[in-house]
Amino acid sequence: MAEIVSKEKIAENIYSVQIFTPLIAKKCKPGQFVIIRLDERGERIPLTIADFDRDKGNIRMVFQVVGKTTLQLSRYDVGEDISDVTGPLGNPSEISNYGTVVMVGGGVGAAPVYPIARALKEAGNEVITILGARSKALLIMEEELTSVSDELLISTDDGTKGKKGFVTDVLKELLDSGRRVARVWAIGPAIMMRFVSELTRKYNVPTIVSLNSIMVDGTGMCGACRVEVGGETKFTCVDGPEFDGHKVNFKLLMERLATYKEEEKRALENYRKSIEEEGE
Amino acid sequence: MAGKLQLKKTPMKEQPPEERIKNFNEVPYGYTVEEAIAEANRCLQCSPPPCVKGCPVNVDIPGFIKLIKEKDFRGAINRIKLTNNLPAVCGRVCPQEDQCEKACTLGKIKGGEPVAIGRLERFAADWEAEHGVETPEIIEKKDGKVAIVGAGPAGLTAAADLAKMGHEVTVFEAFHKAGGVLVYGIPEFRLPKSIVEREVENIKKLGVKFEFNRVIGKILTIDELLNEEGFDAVYIATGAGTPRFMNIPGENLIGVYSASELLTRTNLMKAYKFPEYDTPIKVGNKVAVIGGGNVAMDAARTSLRLGAREVHVVYRRSRIEMPARAEEIHHAEEEGIIFDFLTNPTRIIGDENGRVKQMECIKMRLGEPDSSGRRRPIPIEGSEFKMDVDIVVVAIGQSSNKVLLQATPNLKLNKRGYIEADETGKTSIEGVYAGGDIVTGAATVILAMGAGKTAAKAIDEYITNKKKR
Repeated sequence: MAEIVSKEKIAENIYSVQIFTPLIAKKCKPGQFVIIRLDERGERIPLTIADFDRDKGNIRMVFQVVGKTTLQLSRYDVGEDISDVTGPLGNPSEISNYGTVVMVGGGVGAAPVYPIARALKEAGNEVITILGARSKALLIMEEELTSVSDELLISTDDGTKGKKGFVTDVLKELLDSGRRVARVWAIGPAIMMRFVSELTRKYNVPTIVSLNSIMVDGTGMCGACRVEVGGETKFTCVDGPEFDGHKVNFKLLMERLATYKEEEKRALENYRKSIEEEGE
Repeated sequence: MAGKLQLKKTPMKEQPPEERIKNFNEVPYGYTVEEAIAEANRCLQCSPPPCVKGCPVNVDIPGFIKLIKEKDFRGAINRIKLTNNLPAVCGRVCPQEDQCEKACTLGKIKGGEPVAIGRLERFAADWEAEHGVETPEIIEKKDGKVAIVGAGPAGLTAAADLAKMGHEVTVFEAFHKAGGVLVYGIPEFRLPKSIVEREVENIKKLGVKFEFNRVIGKILTIDELLNEEGFDAVYIATGAGTPRFMNIPGENLIGVYSASELLTRTNLMKAYKFPEYDTPIKVGNKVAVIGGGNVAMDAARTSLRLGAREVHVVYRRSRIEMPARAEEIHHAEEEGIIFDFLTNPTRIIGDENGRVKQMECIKMRLGEPDSSGRRRPIPIEGSEFKMDVDIVVVAIGQSSNKVLLQATPNLKLNKRGYIEADETGKTSIEGVYAGGDIVTGAATVILAMGAGKTAAKAIDEYITNKKKR
């Protein structure tokens, strides 16, 4: 059991919660994730660790309401418990002094970028962060990322803040400017990670992506999170979640992410209905 | 002995096949008191008893059967529990036909069947569940502190035995529930989860502590358990734990499951009750399960209950080479599972959305026996054919899970990638023991329990000697 110690709505449909889980807070490293199960009937879902406070024993998770479980979690209040939190899972990011690194965070993916960017900054890198969202109201983590970046560039699809366009437009400009970029991290929707990887491949810049596959146990036991990397089958939970973006089969990733589309819709509708009935 | 020798086992009533394929309830009902006594009366009380030698945990079989015969059911279950910590489980899932019952004198008589030892064990355990459990007093307190990694059959057995010996035991479990394969793997209709919970509760009553959601190797290392958390010894019982795939094209299409995933979603996460429970599962119209073991039978029978219209078991050898228990094959056949023998998948074909549509297979013939002693299947050239399927379940076995092993580089592994341990479970690291599937590779519940028992003894000795130093 892990108690929710803080909860904040940080953008439309995006929430940030901190939970008290001292052992995980003590052990986790940037790039790792946890698997949570809200209650006895809950599904196990992976969430990336957006921050951790080893002294207070908290970890922070940022999530977008997309389905039943995330909607339910958004309705939890401070002081309530999440039944199960398992972690830290997955391999930590490889932190080293690369030189100049570009951190690309799209949508809710900006959250896990933060601890990685911080660690890279601490390791001596020049950190350039590109933060993207559909619209200004959906931008998150700007303050946190500013604090660990030498430069923060913003793009929104509708031009309400920063450059109008996609993160890839900003990244392309940066790469074209002749800046020597040693490595790119891209975390966000699969489609964004795919376009970033396709772009950086042309420039020969090593690119790390963090995949958000469907998981059950998160320990290599079931294979739900299978992905293809360089033509080989890998398990995101134990071989990742970070992989060489130039080798990931994004088409397969996106197809597999849609496995339970109908079921997810049904579960969400049922849950919405039960909330309404409760409210009456 | 009065009356004529009853050659055949007293039958056990079960749910009829046409009914049971529509539910997840347990298939056999278990013996009534009368049936149990009738069956107990068949036991010849051989001396020395050959059956006990066939039991990996050395249950006093004639002893408990005699007590059933005398209607001392409490005595019977207590006799079993002297050496077996999970009797309700073993009575249901042990391959008795290869163990105790194989050695039974009655089974060797012409036309005779062995005493139904498994059914009687189940009867005694279920009787206790109905009438209340007597928790044994722990006579002697010792000051050993033992960490058990994994709450499956090996871990639970070692935990219970060590607690009975007076040690302080903590079990670290990666999942949110105890039982390991008993809760995520073996289906409800073969082993009701309430029974596993009951057995776990009994072990808790011995003072064993459980820490759930703890993936050792991630949250704590073996080294930390020994040197920072103050444990005198660690027992690694994590299970085999990673599914094998066939490495054929199309294996990552939507609708291809490992048996572990299908069963975990269904059993542990209760996907068969979706959307009452949140975890979904794809229900196929036509399902192909690849493999011929017990797990394949479980996956096939589960698929049927989830609502598939047609379920095939696709196996590359023939019926006699199937490693599944005869009883499981029999149940599957009764339920209408179709067996495609001498057939091996070559690729899985998807539609434009990446969902399984067909599976291409090739016909096989049997050649000379291979290293396993079974005849080697050989593809028949040009015999490829396609079958329409929408779900494929790969049930061809397991390899060792690397999470803990990679975090413990000084732990010596064998050639197959499992932990190297001697017959007592002792590994290359002092104070660290291992047993069950993570040592042997995928095997049976009872063999894992046997390993847990042996290791408990060895760990107790190790700690006793260590404290003397």
